[in-house]
Amino acid sequence: MKILVGVKRVVDYNVRIQVKADGSGVATDGVKMSMNPFDEIAVEEALRIKEAGKADEVIAVTIGPKVCQEQLRTALAMGADRAIHVETDDDIQPLTGARILKALADKEEPKIVLLGKQAIDDDNNQTAQMLGALSHWPQATFASEVNIEGESAVVTREIDAGLEQLSVDLPAVISVDLRLNEPRYVKLPDIMKAKRKPIETITLGDLNVDAAASVKVLKTSTPAKRQAGIKVESVDELVTVLKEKGLI
Amino acid sequence: MSKVLVIAEHDGDQLNGSTARAVACASELGLDAVDVAVLAADGAVVADQAASLTGVSTVVLVQNPANEHAVAALLAPQIEALASDYSHVFAPSTTFGKDLMPRVAAHLGVPQISDIMRVESATVFDRPVYAGNAVVTVEAAEGIVIGTVRTASYAAVGQEGSASIETRELSVELPSHTRYVGLQTSGGSDRPDLQAAAKVVSGGRGVGSEENFSVIYKLADKLGAGVGASRAAVDAGFIPNDHQVGQTGKIIAPELYMAFGISGAIQHLAGIKDAGTIVAVNKDADAPIFEVADYGLVGDLFEVIDELEKAL
Ligand SMILES: Cc1cc2nc3c(=O)[nH]c(=O)nc-3n(C[C@@H](O)[C@H](O)[C@H](O)COP(=O)(O)OP(=O)(O)OC[C@H]3O[C@@H](n4cnc5c(N)ncnc54)[C@H](O)[C@@H]3O)c2cc1C
Ligand SMILES: Cc1cc2nc3c(=O)[nH]c(=O)nc-3n(C[C@H](O)[C@H](O)[C@H](O)COP(=O)(O)OP(=O)(O)OC[C@H]3O[C@@H](n4cnc5c(N)ncnc54)[C@H](O)[C@@H]3O)c2cc1C
Repeated sequence: MKILVGVKRVVDYNVRIQVKADGSGVATDGVKMSMNPFDEIAVEEALRIKEAGKADEVIAVTIGPKVCQEQLRTALAMGADRAIHVETDDDIQPLTGARILKALADKEEPKIVLLGKQAIDDDNNQTAQMLGALSHWPQATFASEVNIEGESAVVTREIDAGLEQLSVDLPAVISVDLRLNEPRYVKLPDIMKAKRKPIETITLGDLNVDAAASVKVLKTSTPAKRQAGIKVESVDELVTVLKEKGLI
Repeated sequence: MSKVLVIAEHDGDQLNGSTARAVACASELGLDAVDVAVLAADGAVVADQAASLTGVSTVVLVQNPANEHAVAALLAPQIEALASDYSHVFAPSTTFGKDLMPRVAAHLGVPQISDIMRVESATVFDRPVYAGNAVVTVEAAEGIVIGTVRTASYAAVGQEGSASIETRELSVELPSHTRYVGLQTSGGSDRPDLQAAAKVVSGGRGVGSEENFSVIYKLADKLGAGVGASRAAVDAGFIPNDHQVGQTGKIIAPELYMAFGISGAIQHLAGIKDAGTIVAVNKDADAPIFEVADYGLVGDLFEVIDELEKAL
């Protein structure tokens, strides 16, 4: 059984991003880039499923420009067996991304596609669900626990009401949440070994995928900032101001 | 005619408050009608609640035993069938809507606009990216507009409506590949729901343990507040996941948010940008939470809570 894992290159979560003055987007020149943290969790989960003897191969996939191969190398260093780079300089929105992943799933026939629940740059939280729809596969989003049981999986999902369990037939798309696992650290020898693992580069043309209709970004702006308030010196002072405002 | 259909979130008995907020956003589109769809096993009660929402024209009630639990793979084909009468289909951007709507959009072959925070026109919207540190103004593609509504950006509509309720039979085949197994809620308390609460008392890693969290609960109960937490507190097992506030947890807009032992990481702040008044208590005077707090108090949270309880 194969597992396909999405790996997206994003601005590192520690970076305080800056909106460009002309409103054309967020400054990414010279900014630290990393694998989407949710995707690290997805890669880790795929590896654990393989290590438990329930999968044979873990394939990491990225869609984007040449530099995204850095993140594929990280996935390979973590332990993925091979990687596919769908190379494009276009902005790939979730619907097109899902079409690409579907084309890859048709080709590779994985039993599970593991994606992050959201990418921390665009925060769309769409790709996994769209892939589920296009493939007519079940989806289990926001997973905090995944148990593979033969031809199905029982997935615990973090939802607003608490923890929900779904049972889904395989193949299925699973999107991962933060508490599913703690990704392993890659060690230097693994990074060296990863350099010899294969990355296959293909294009949208090779996959016969057309870009879907897209949402047009008209401008990017800085949100209204909250004004820093005051420091109070004592609990009494705090209680007084909150009472004045009718809050307590 | 252009009309918007808002997908109701509910638990079978009770309409979730997020629905009235999504209706508020949908009402700003300036269309000919705002309808609400209730998909349920037995939905008469919820449909009545939806019909009372101000501004709603028609409640479309779809009853099917398969709708007992909200399973996206089962709901999506039904919503697709309803969608042909509408120019827009919206749902709240709660885990319910986030799970469901992209599946609907992809089937319909259109992109989705996630987390709408402002309506500029029927096709132009603002939405947050990068944990709310930037806002993009986006224009929807041709065709039906599928969107989720950032509920913290909208106040719920009132309950002065009297919409008609229309029962629909849908002949769509539902997949059998997804089965609901169960739900564990941390509920059982009569504390206000985090997403609807006017006041929220929240604890972070600084609270230190699950046992210590009892001081947070106690203060919350005294104030009639909901209870929130940082990711660090949830990860450490101090409190269940459904209390997490932030970019990847719940986005909330209470009138009063009190943060105890929370440093103020951007991912946490993403969840409280729309709070009315933020109070932060932290022993570190340089904690970033003080940059957004209306009232900051440097001190030990346990001592402060102790004094607060006495003063209230
Ligand atoms: C310069 C620039 C301009 C952009 N302009 C636009 C624009 O005009 N409109 C717009 O909507 N977006 C724009 N984007 C962002 C767009 O390309 C997003 O990457 C895309 O919308 C996917 O959204 P998401 O990552 O939030 O998806 P989500 O659905 O949040 O992603 C969830 C998961 O899907 C998988 N996934 C998503 N994308 C990839 C990928 N590329 N490779 C591998 N796995 C993936 C990952 O597992 C990820 O964790 C722009 C980006 C850049 C850098
Ligand atoms: C992809 C991603 C998504 C994330 N999503 C979220 C999210 O949705 N929500 C979220 O909250 N975080 C999220 N995080 C995590 C976030 O980056 C922070 O790690 C987290 O918010 C820190 O929680 P904290 O403030 O409780 O802990 P810390 O940063 O450890 O802060 C603890 C604070 O408590 C103070 N303190 C300690 N003891 C006391 C005392 N006795 N009295 C007073 N003060 C005390 C300390 O001074 C410190 O400031 C996310 C991270 C990533 C990478």
